[in-house]
Amino acid sequence: MDVNKNSYTFTFAAVMVIVVAAVLSFAATSLKEKQDNNIRLEKMQNILSSINVEVERDGAEAVYTDYIKQELVVNNFQPVEGIAAFDIELSKEVVKTPSERNAPLYIAEKEGKTYFILPLRGKGLWGPIWGYISLEQNASTIYGATFDHKSETPGLGAEIKTEVFTSLFPNKEVLDESGEFTGITVMKGNASGSHQVNGISGGTITSVGVQDMIQDCMKAYIPFLKSYEASNTASTNGDNSNPIASID
Amino acid sequence: MAEVQEVKKQAKEREALFSKKNRQLISDPLNDSNPITVQVLGICSALAITVKLYPALVMSISVLFVLSAGNVIISLMRNYIPNRIRIIVQLVVVASLVILVDQVLKAYVYDVSKELSVFVGLIITNCIIMGRFEAFALANSPWKSFLDGLGNAFGYAWILLAVAFFRELLGSGQLFGYQVVPKSWYLTEGGVYSDNGLMLLPPMALITVGIIIWVQRSKNTALIEED
Repeated sequence: MDVNKNSYTFTFAAVMVIVVAAVLSFAATSLKEKQDNNIRLEKMQNILSSINVEVERDGAEAVYTDYIKQELVVNNFQPVEGIAAFDIELSKEVVKTPSERNAPLYIAEKEGKTYFILPLRGKGLWGPIWGYISLEQNASTIYGATFDHKSETPGLGAEIKTEVFTSLFPNKEVLDESGEFTGITVMKGNASGSHQVNGISGGTITSVGVQDMIQDCMKAYIPFLKSYEASNTASTNGDNSNPIASID
Repeated sequence: MAEVQEVKKQAKEREALFSKKNRQLISDPLNDSNPITVQVLGICSALAITVKLYPALVMSISVLFVLSAGNVIISLMRNYIPNRIRIIVQLVVVASLVILVDQVLKAYVYDVSKELSVFVGLIITNCIIMGRFEAFALANSPWKSFLDGLGNAFGYAWILLAVAFFRELLGSGQLFGYQVVPKSWYLTEGGVYSDNGLMLLPPMALITVGIIIWVQRSKNTALIEED
């Protein structure tokens, strides 16, 4: 058989491509369910880890329903109905201006306190970075943060996902004394103020990416959180005025 | 197929599975014909992913699989591949194997697949793989090609791990993510030690590979070219 004939070459190429396509699409479709589930559970893990609850992936679902009391979608600083917050693809939302986004918001309850969990998404050096940041009820104090990335350099930008970096965030404030939104500035060393954290040496572009991501994504929430906080404080005060109720 | 089996049979009759020649297929790439330090192939990935040991290890294992499986597949098809499109055929084989590996990792060992993310794609462009397909698998029996794939992957792996060992140790004071340089030595803790940030950057990978080549050539003088 002459394997260098034109007709043979074309046939070989065609058959090879079809076989390869069949094998790969079979692999992709048969594994899809498992992969999607991994991604879903990982998202729950990440959300939980932003309120400093660490779980194994397998147990994430049960713990998630324990802590997360409400999933909201905020658009133009108002809650909107009929959209599943968990299924929103943030990558498609962050390209819009903050007030036009369908921004998912998770409200968690832990040890009797309410926390707002805000998903974030932005740009690193090589690809997207994302994360979750949880705020205390005053909508300003950061309670916990978790970041992740697609393809930042290991040892440099990729360090944003390590505790060394995320542990810098708790107890920082995203609002100043007058209640204006400031965000968090990533500094080149010597971070001191309550709106500053130290960046990663060698990972400047990724660190600045984190700063911009927080700045950009939080804008979609702050006015809503303030009003939510105000209405909630009012109801808490109402409880306090009734001493018998608070004994329970 | 009959033809291939015929060739295999002859090969078996001629020599045992682990004859000296076959063993050399594994041992040579570790030193005398090391893909990185002697043939200078696969350098790009050796620079890119040796900041830490763990990704380097996972990368080595993935290359091991892709290279040995790919070598066997190419070797099985070698008498049927039209000469003019052989490079494309090789590329299709590598790419499909890599995608397959990626999909399986994503489904069953999700954490490892996240660790690998970009590097999986890098396997396709790893010159060692195409180099071995073209230079060896196209002309040899499947068993020999398999051994050759293993040997070259091991040759690649040990360089990768050696470079990653020094870069992680000197660059972040860790090995496999565990702190090995005592915390109390660091300047920030009142000690006198500081990690060398340059080790984390690609240039130091090149220099580390260079030092390994230097050491290797001074031990193995046969490798030194005559001027």
